[in-house]
Amino acid sequence: MSNDLVIKDLHINVQGKPIIKGLNLNVNQGEIHALMGPNGSGKSTLANGLMGHPLYDIDAGEVIFNGINVLELEPNERAKLGLFLAFQYPTAIPGVSLANFLRLAVSAVRSESTNGTENAELIPMREFRRELRDKMRQLGVDDSFATRYLNDGFSGGEKKRAEILQLAMLEPKIAILDETDSGLDIDAVRIVGESVNRLIGPELGVLIITHYPRLLDYIRPQFVHILLDGRIVESGGWELTQLLEAEGYEPVREKHGIAEAE
Amino acid sequence: MATPQPNTADQLGISTEYQYGFHDDIKPAFKSRKGLDEEVINQMCDIKEEPDWMRQYRLNAYQIFKQKPMTKWGGDLSQLDFDDIYYYVKASDRSERSWDDVPEDIKRTFDRLGIPEAERKFLAGVGAQYDSEVVYHSIVEELDKIGVIFLDTDTAVKEYPELVKKYFGTIIPSADNQFAALNSAAWSGGSFVYVPPGVKVDYPLQAYFRINSENMGQFERTLIIADEGSQVHYVEGCTAPIYNSESLHSAVVEIVCMKGSRVRYTTIQNWANNVYNLVTKRALAYEDAQMEWVDGNLGSKLTMKYPSVYMMEPGARGEILSIAFASKGQHQDAGAKVYHCAPNTTSQITSKSISKDGGRSSYRGWVDVAKGAKGCKSHVVCDALILDKDSRSDTYPVIEIGENDTNIEHEARVSKIGEEQLFYLMSRGLSEEEASTMIVNGFIEPLVKELPMEYAVEMNRLIQLQMEGSVG
Repeated sequence: MSNDLVIKDLHINVQGKPIIKGLNLNVNQGEIHALMGPNGSGKSTLANGLMGHPLYDIDAGEVIFNGINVLELEPNERAKLGLFLAFQYPTAIPGVSLANFLRLAVSAVRSESTNGTENAELIPMREFRRELRDKMRQLGVDDSFATRYLNDGFSGGEKKRAEILQLAMLEPKIAILDETDSGLDIDAVRIVGESVNRLIGPELGVLIITHYPRLLDYIRPQFVHILLDGRIVESGGWELTQLLEAEGYEPVREKHGIAEAE
Repeated sequence: MATPQPNTADQLGISTEYQYGFHDDIKPAFKSRKGLDEEVINQMCDIKEEPDWMRQYRLNAYQIFKQKPMTKWGGDLSQLDFDDIYYYVKASDRSERSWDDVPEDIKRTFDRLGIPEAERKFLAGVGAQYDSEVVYHSIVEELDKIGVIFLDTDTAVKEYPELVKKYFGTIIPSADNQFAALNSAAWSGGSFVYVPPGVKVDYPLQAYFRINSENMGQFERTLIIADEGSQVHYVEGCTAPIYNSESLHSAVVEIVCMKGSRVRYTTIQNWANNVYNLVTKRALAYEDAQMEWVDGNLGSKLTMKYPSVYMMEPGARGEILSIAFASKGQHQDAGAKVYHCAPNTTSQITSKSISKDGGRSSYRGWVDVAKGAKGCKSHVVCDALILDKDSRSDTYPVIEIGENDTNIEHEARVSKIGEEQLFYLMSRGLSEEEASTMIVNGFIEPLVKELPMEYAVEMNRLIQLQMEGSVG
């Protein structure tokens, strides 16, 4: 398949410190993967590095997406290819309404041009509004979201729901959910989990990056990977989450001889 | 500059079918020699056929101007040569400039803003805005019915001498500052507005419509009198770059808000980047009156402008919303002043500045509470956004309080476009330029939403233009 996300021997450092140390992973459209790891194992570094955050330096390896090595591409060019990151800590953009922002973003990712530096032609307002309203209803998001300033004064749960709404509107091929359950109470986790579930289908591949298995009660992955010290040390199915739930990361650490990160 | 000759409609490519399309009585164009002295002032008064009191007023102001030392604070004025400036150019002369003389970048900006042909010529100083004149005449008829006067100040001096004389120069005396003195001596054009008691004008009065000859001058003089319980919104300028071959713009705006009245004065100006824009704006607000300045400054080489409100009687309120965008080679020294001269008066200052490509913006503010003015409240918010490491932002707030029973708050924030904000927006498909433009537009949103619709749209487009090519 051409829309695979193929990560080969990836090494990422942050301010000179190696964090991801040779990571291999394939995610296809239609698949749901969970990448689980304790704090400090490199989960968010991987997420940000895949999307092209300028502070995350790629030392070695390849990330092939859609048949293209994306490591040289700007974040917006990766987005246009169909990669999406739901942020752990979405940034507030005061004064910019969610609807205005999303209209530009949707126009950009759908525009024919692959040149990431040209400004996109806006999709017609009526068409956009209708689509946004439909998606908001589908996800049970309140209408007021559209006119609120992006993530500005949003509660933790609202920010995560806004991320999922963006996912729904941008229709990526592969979505990375970075700790989407963090900081949420159990009801909010359920709401976000159910929202993601509604979007899952053969066109969408999902990489759920998480510390706790609880989001996985709502989004059932076919593939589960355990990340320790910048590498995937175990891959398997649902049984791995059960193991972690029962025993924590300690037995995995011992098995692979990796000490707890400070 | 082309030799003066009468305009013809064909030359300007404009239909002659408008009822008010043309003045048949275009007088020979006149342009004073460079520099200002008694002779130039007398010449100007003769041509304008001004009453003697105004001539005396000008000559007196000129004496004051001569004695004032060059302003040393604010921006760098050392390159400003008062002798190298034409102080009086009769309007019909202005329209003789050829379209070919207008700089390419200005023309391009007109294109990008989608400004109609006739309007472009007007803005560039190469033709009069005939369409607008028609609009102006119908507005004046409407206003006439409710007793509102809306004229250029030159005409008002002749038609309403008592009213003008009573207020002219009382809010900003000639001796107030160097540039007020200069304007008082050399002024031409500007608007005169009088709103009778209890009258509410429910659409904005736009200087843009009042195009009778000289409103685009360098030394406009505007006087607005809002009588008791009246309401008016005056809009000046437009977001297209104002092209004028002269490099000094020094306007004076005086406003009187009588008991219970409400005045809003909105300015959006985008001067060509060779212009010194040195403007004095002041309003007096009496009992329970409310004065609002909305002031947007783009372009120019140096802008020094601090709209002020003097709250003269209890219950008066002053609000100033100002925004400055300083780009390469530009210094925006803008701010606000509020004087609480009476008890229980309130004020709010919101200042937003953006600095880019080595531009510098300064906030200069003054909050004054007089002794005995109990129960006053003032809230100042200053936000600066710096787009790159070459650019600069400064804040010079002064707070003078002669009364203990007051409540003054001052908040100042300086921010940079965050890497996280850019990354977030870019991860959604926006180019770096689109992302920064969106952040800047969000930053000024509190001001933009106060603007009339068409100005808000143009303001956003203008920011987009300013941001273009800013990302390398």
